[in-house]
Amino acid sequence: MTPADFNTVLPEFVLAIYAMAALMFGVYTTKDKAAPLIVMATSALMLALAVYIGVGGAGARQAFGGMFIDDPFSRFAKIVILVSAAAVMLMSQDYMARRDLLRFEFPILVALATVGMMMMVSAGNLMSLYMGLELQSLSLYVIAALRRDSPKSTEAGLKYFVLGALSSGMLLYGASLVYGYAGTTDFAGILSTVQAGEMPLGLLFGLVFLLSALAFKISAAPFHMWTPDVYEGSPTPVTAFFATAPKVAAMCLIARLIYDAFGAIPGDWGQVLAVLSVISMFLGAVAAIGQKDIKRLMAYSSIAHMGFALMGLAAGTAQGVQAMMIYMAIYVTMNIGTFAFILGMERDGRPVSDLDALHQYAKKEPGKALAVLILMFSLAGVPPMLGFFGKFGVLQAAVDADMTWLALAGAVASVIGAYYYLRIVFFMYFGRENDGIDTRMSVPQWVMLMGVATIMLVGVVNLFGIEPVAAMAAEALVR
Amino acid sequence: MDNLLSIITFIPAVAALVLGLFLRGDDLAAQRNAKWAALFATTATFVLSLFILFRFDPANTEFQFVETGEWIFGLQYKMGVDGISVLFVMLTTFLMPIVILSCWEVTTRVKEYMIAFLMLETLMLGVFCALDLVLFYLFFEAGLIPMFLIIGIWGGKERIYAAFKFFLYTFLGSVLMLVAMIAMYMQAGTTDIEALLAHNFASDTIAVAGFHIIGGVQTLLWLAFFASFAVKMPMWPVHTWLPDAHVQAPTAGSVVLAAILLKMGGYGFLRFSLPMFPVASDLLAPLVFWMSAIAIVYTSLVALAQSDMKKLIAYSSVAHMGYVTMGIFAANQQGIDGAIFQMISHGFISGALFLCVGVIYDRMHTREIDAYGGLVNRMPAYALIFMFFTMANVGLPGTSGFVGEFLTLMGIFQVNTWVAAVATSGVILSAAYALWLYRRVVMGDLIKEALKTITDMTRREKAIMAPLVVMTLLLGVYPSLVTDIIGPSVGALIDNYQAALPVADATQIAQN
Repeated sequence: MTPADFNTVLPEFVLAIYAMAALMFGVYTTKDKAAPLIVMATSALMLALAVYIGVGGAGARQAFGGMFIDDPFSRFAKIVILVSAAAVMLMSQDYMARRDLLRFEFPILVALATVGMMMMVSAGNLMSLYMGLELQSLSLYVIAALRRDSPKSTEAGLKYFVLGALSSGMLLYGASLVYGYAGTTDFAGILSTVQAGEMPLGLLFGLVFLLSALAFKISAAPFHMWTPDVYEGSPTPVTAFFATAPKVAAMCLIARLIYDAFGAIPGDWGQVLAVLSVISMFLGAVAAIGQKDIKRLMAYSSIAHMGFALMGLAAGTAQGVQAMMIYMAIYVTMNIGTFAFILGMERDGRPVSDLDALHQYAKKEPGKALAVLILMFSLAGVPPMLGFFGKFGVLQAAVDADMTWLALAGAVASVIGAYYYLRIVFFMYFGRENDGIDTRMSVPQWVMLMGVATIMLVGVVNLFGIEPVAAMAAEALVR
Repeated sequence: MDNLLSIITFIPAVAALVLGLFLRGDDLAAQRNAKWAALFATTATFVLSLFILFRFDPANTEFQFVETGEWIFGLQYKMGVDGISVLFVMLTTFLMPIVILSCWEVTTRVKEYMIAFLMLETLMLGVFCALDLVLFYLFFEAGLIPMFLIIGIWGGKERIYAAFKFFLYTFLGSVLMLVAMIAMYMQAGTTDIEALLAHNFASDTIAVAGFHIIGGVQTLLWLAFFASFAVKMPMWPVHTWLPDAHVQAPTAGSVVLAAILLKMGGYGFLRFSLPMFPVASDLLAPLVFWMSAIAIVYTSLVALAQSDMKKLIAYSSVAHMGYVTMGIFAANQQGIDGAIFQMISHGFISGALFLCVGVIYDRMHTREIDAYGGLVNRMPAYALIFMFFTMANVGLPGTSGFVGEFLTLMGIFQVNTWVAAVATSGVILSAAYALWLYRRVVMGDLIKEALKTITDMTRREKAIMAPLVVMTLLLGVYPSLVTDIIGPSVGALIDNYQAALPVADATQIAQN
């Protein structure tokens, strides 16, 4: 390891060392009593790293002989991942503490998962890709089952693990096929084999296996089966985490893989992604209609949103990648706000997540109800909320890439999807009388909910200037 | 003040923000403050918009007060008005203070009510000023949200059904329009409305799934836009959301809906359908004519059978909008002038009629026609004002209602005599239902016990009506006030329209 390599991986290195140190600290001192401290320290470290990455060097660097790539694309993704992970931890603290869930392992596992995600978006080699992915997944399996005494949480963890292991198997099988036909696991090496003309059929099979495995991770239909159960069964803070950072990491990993390793054959993976995109959008929109549990509803909503983000990738242009990055950033922000609200939903101190609990909520808490209203319209993609611009970006990219049919399908799916978001608004404002819910919110939760609602409204001015940044990131990837 | 349009557009939004952030509590003082703040903001908007009217040069057919700025995704923030849109801006700013005054007696969730109306004003002004497709769509679509809430929260008994019907009908139409907009962007490579007006969309016959589509791309785009604007307008047979929405909406909501929101459909036809897809408009004009003629006769007959006052006026609105669509697609100077005139005048008259219903609804809490009768004995001032607007609604010469109907009928007569003949019968029918309504509510003996103590209009109610009476009379006796401003822009629109039609059509017109 040369000093230059070390400099390149410094953020990941710091976070990994910190996680181990915090683990030792937790084990040998006060165990769970130290948890709030560790949550705070971890979030602070993550935010600091996000700032460090944000103001740090420009251009692209490599480490470990191309295994690890640090470029504007990975930096954009890492900032989104770090900030969202920190936000989720901060807003979960109060919820977990009151339900006796705040174990010191939680922030440490989140930190390790984050290291894995940062590795994923920087991977330049199938080996480092797998390593990052597994580090992330293993941490996530454990926190899904965080509530050990609840059968549902355990079931969620186990289900996630079994299906996740299946997808890892597929990934490894695909990787071995790719290695067999390209003779290397290095992305650059694979790309030069593909470019050399005469695409071996085995390589194509390998690509399809890799994409299917990654589709599991972003829960794109038809590889989505685990999502609703895991979302519903896991403790809400864990669900909030699942819905945000790992989605960004996996989506960016797909972008990285298809452009760095298979950039020469956009037609081949474009079709696969377009099909995944259409199925996800429609399945997400239709299946969410009948849901009675808000966490399950958010699971289907995330499936639909992944479909839209995939539309940007399927376009196969730099504009498409840019639209996807912006879409993911907006999606993550919306989800943080929504989950900040779901975390607060409780009755007599017990968490509730059925939609019926929301009846007449606006009478009780007009301010919070208004924020949720804004979030729902934003998730549905109604202008002038930010969600509309996310959708508009990917639709535009699809039309520009001559995939009008995909854009049309997206427009239709978004109308169907609007129905169930509207239903939440309907319950809150015009629902029938019932016992209702309390929403005791800690300060961070309240700040997240209100802050995100404000962001959704104010963003219409210039998207907070992330557009050029995302453009730079996309340029770095699509050459 | 180069950005005057942006300023007037966003003053109400800023006021709404201030109300939302800084006004606490729901006691009487806070409610009064909210009302006064909203009144102040809307009045300020109106006063500033007068500057636009005075500095507007009618002879210039280009867009004026244009502002451009970079926005996201390669779109632009572009605002501007021409002779067609400037009057809609004025109509909106003029009516909003009246709307705010008309809900002075509301006591439930006053702050939110005011915020909803202020946001709505910003969005409506944005629709009329936007010169970028996506910006237009954004304002057009976002306007649904406050109206959805106004009906759903402050409406009558069946408000939830009405709110959902309103939202889903219009949302479905708008999404088709969004797809058409993306297709237009693909064809022309820009979303700038000014550039799109100059772009010639392909009109060669194309085959889609075995069907030969005459007018090609233009026809498809025209139909998509038509789906959205026809629902908004509303045209027969997609008008059914309107009576439900009107009946359930609170008085002020009805006024905004009838007086301003419906005009967005007509404005859309004038801004997009007619100038951008002339070949398709020419091709499909007979369809619009007959739909309008049916609307005029059919909804007038339906209005005759109503027992609910608001529903009756809502159906009469649909009939009056029939004249507008007919006039627009007649595509001659009288027709389009008349259509715009009719929209402006209907803004005053229908708004006033809904306010008239509101006056007695506030006292008796029923809209059933049968519950009234002989009001003239206790409410002379009310009887006079209601009579005036009933006559204006019928189209009595001397009121603005007459000018609009007369001009549109004149326009359509030059193009299609049969449609003109059918539509003219609507004038008689409208006299029938309007006068019959007036007779049942106001005239006769005061025999109903509940009405014996009813009081006449208060000073506030008279003050609200006064500007509407003045405008209706003024435009009725001096219509050039409007036609001078819209004339040149309409003329330019018609010239471009005729120039874009295939040559064969042009010679045919010459022969006729």
